[in-house]
Amino acid sequence: MNREKRNRLIVIWVGVAAVYLAVLICELTLRPTAMLLTVLKKGAIYSLVAVSMNLLNGFTGLFSLGQAGFMLIGAYTYAILTMPSEVKTSQSVYKYYECFITFDTGVFAGLLAAGLIAALFAFLIGWPVLRLKSDYLAIATLGFAEIIRAICQWDVLGPVTNGANLLRSYIDLTRVIIPFTDIPFPPTLFVFIVSGVCILLIVLLINSSYGRAFKAIRDDETAAEAMGINLFRHKELSFVISSFFAGVSGALLAMFQYTVQAQQFKTMMTYEILLIVVIGGIGSISGSCIASFLYITLSEWWLRGLDMGTFLGINAPGIFRSGFRKLVFSLIIMVIVLFFSRGIMGDKELSLTRMRLAFRRASSRLRKEAHS
Amino acid sequence: MNSILELRNVTMQFGGVVAVNDFSMHIEEGEIVALIGPNGAGKTTAFNCITGVYEPTNGEILYRGHTIAVSHPRGRMRRNYGGAHGDLYTSRRVISPSPDEITRLGIARTFQNIRLFKSMTVYDNVLTAMHLRARQNVFSAVFRISWKEERRMREETERLLKEQDLYQYRDEKATSLPYGKQRRLEIARALATEPELLLLDEPAAGMNPQETRELSAFIKEIKERYSLSVFMIEHHMDLVMDISDRIYVLDFGSPIAEGTPEEIQKNQRVIDAYLGVRDDV
Repeated sequence: MNREKRNRLIVIWVGVAAVYLAVLICELTLRPTAMLLTVLKKGAIYSLVAVSMNLLNGFTGLFSLGQAGFMLIGAYTYAILTMPSEVKTSQSVYKYYECFITFDTGVFAGLLAAGLIAALFAFLIGWPVLRLKSDYLAIATLGFAEIIRAICQWDVLGPVTNGANLLRSYIDLTRVIIPFTDIPFPPTLFVFIVSGVCILLIVLLINSSYGRAFKAIRDDETAAEAMGINLFRHKELSFVISSFFAGVSGALLAMFQYTVQAQQFKTMMTYEILLIVVIGGIGSISGSCIASFLYITLSEWWLRGLDMGTFLGINAPGIFRSGFRKLVFSLIIMVIVLFFSRGIMGDKELSLTRMRLAFRRASSRLRKEAHS
Repeated sequence: MNSILELRNVTMQFGGVVAVNDFSMHIEEGEIVALIGPNGAGKTTAFNCITGVYEPTNGEILYRGHTIAVSHPRGRMRRNYGGAHGDLYTSRRVISPSPDEITRLGIARTFQNIRLFKSMTVYDNVLTAMHLRARQNVFSAVFRISWKEERRMREETERLLKEQDLYQYRDEKATSLPYGKQRRLEIARALATEPELLLLDEPAAGMNPQETRELSAFIKEIKERYSLSVFMIEHHMDLVMDISDRIYVLDFGSPIAEGTPEEIQKNQRVIDAYLGVRDDV
């Protein structure tokens, strides 16, 4: 039993190490602007936020749609904190406002602060909002995300947020250096490491006693409460932790994009993340990760042709023009919701044993068909 | 020596309906007490008042001599109050605990319609209930600093499952178990919260006579093994008469009798409540 468990752990860690090694090799061999690297970076960022949403929606059963709001808080916190103080005072970014925050911090302090500020907001909002159930909670959190976006663009807060103007010149992915040296950190690897560590923490949480309490709340609130699980405290905990990681992923997104603007964190973004969670399977961490890479690859790369005139060698600029990709995407979503409503993974995790079993089943079916 | 649980003048009123009226009772250490009554008599409501699901409209509940809940009619209910002794507790500050606080005190319950954690295995169902007594916080749990606590929880779970004859089902989904086993699992899960008082809401509901007989022996056994006091609602009279030390009877929300099984069987008011009274005599 124990040996089996250890073997499984070894397999998992070897798999993870292989992925990281592959990323590093890609990074060293490909041009820094290669599409593959962009997709990998954005995919890793979306994996983190999808997993954080899954913690809330899939494991605690709280249907929350505030993710974009918390990402925005994280992105702004990070951008404002890591922007060098000479940039802040030189009017190159803060053109119309006197910048209020004059100090600057390093990358890691910035990332941590991004998470903590998002968590703080979640803590305060959770107080009234988590007493609501299902759809009402979704509406309240959605409203919160919209309010945050509006407040960030409010010109009274200009000295902090730069109003509706964008923030730039903070420490982005190309400017991260390996600590204690001046070698630049390979950007894709950096995103993978930060996301990976965060996802690992979420996995550890889910597999701990608290994770079981979250699942109990999802399965049956009344029974969970009768088993001595304080509903409000545990919901708040899950909400705060989920928002922390959404904040970190927001900061990563800001690093990835070089510029950040509140305008971008619309409800659409939350729906994108929700879509990833649903495609991956509600209640599956590995599902969320796979789905986010799949989603990003499709929307940023493989289905680009649908917007640009040529797709799979078919040249039809009349049909394949701006917006057609969205239409195809909607169709894919409808197919998934209708026929694969449990997503790629359901609520299971990726495992070799299950893959082997599925493979064996498929091959035996094929053999049977060949006989008859 | 205090009673383990005591109810004083508990009244529960929903709008204009008085579901439980002036119900006083007590359970002594180590007793098995049953609450019976015809359908709609207010048994489950009384139960929910104890477990913190409802805040009683009026009355006081004590656990080992300490007040755990006390209430009096307030607001609009003060005018509409239809129960007895409406002014007895007005000077008291209202205490209304939540169900998890009640469980923390040592009062565990099961449900009339089985409420297991559906997506979890038998093992995880019991392990989840251990969460309450675990000495850990979220950081020590995530970073596995409290791994010894986790190991203790797992060992306790295995021990409990073995004791309850559920060990061979440990990796099965809780809902795939046969009905009688699900009941047993629900009781095992309640035991995992380390209770001193176990509240069973119709433990024999939906069971056949064979299973009911087994259950009766089972309740006696766990009572001895974990030194529990048991309070249960039940409709199967053979089960009630077999294992209870004392019985309370509710009818239309009001207590009509209290006593040992023999006394209750002979009590004319109980017989009338169950069988009805002819109008013309």
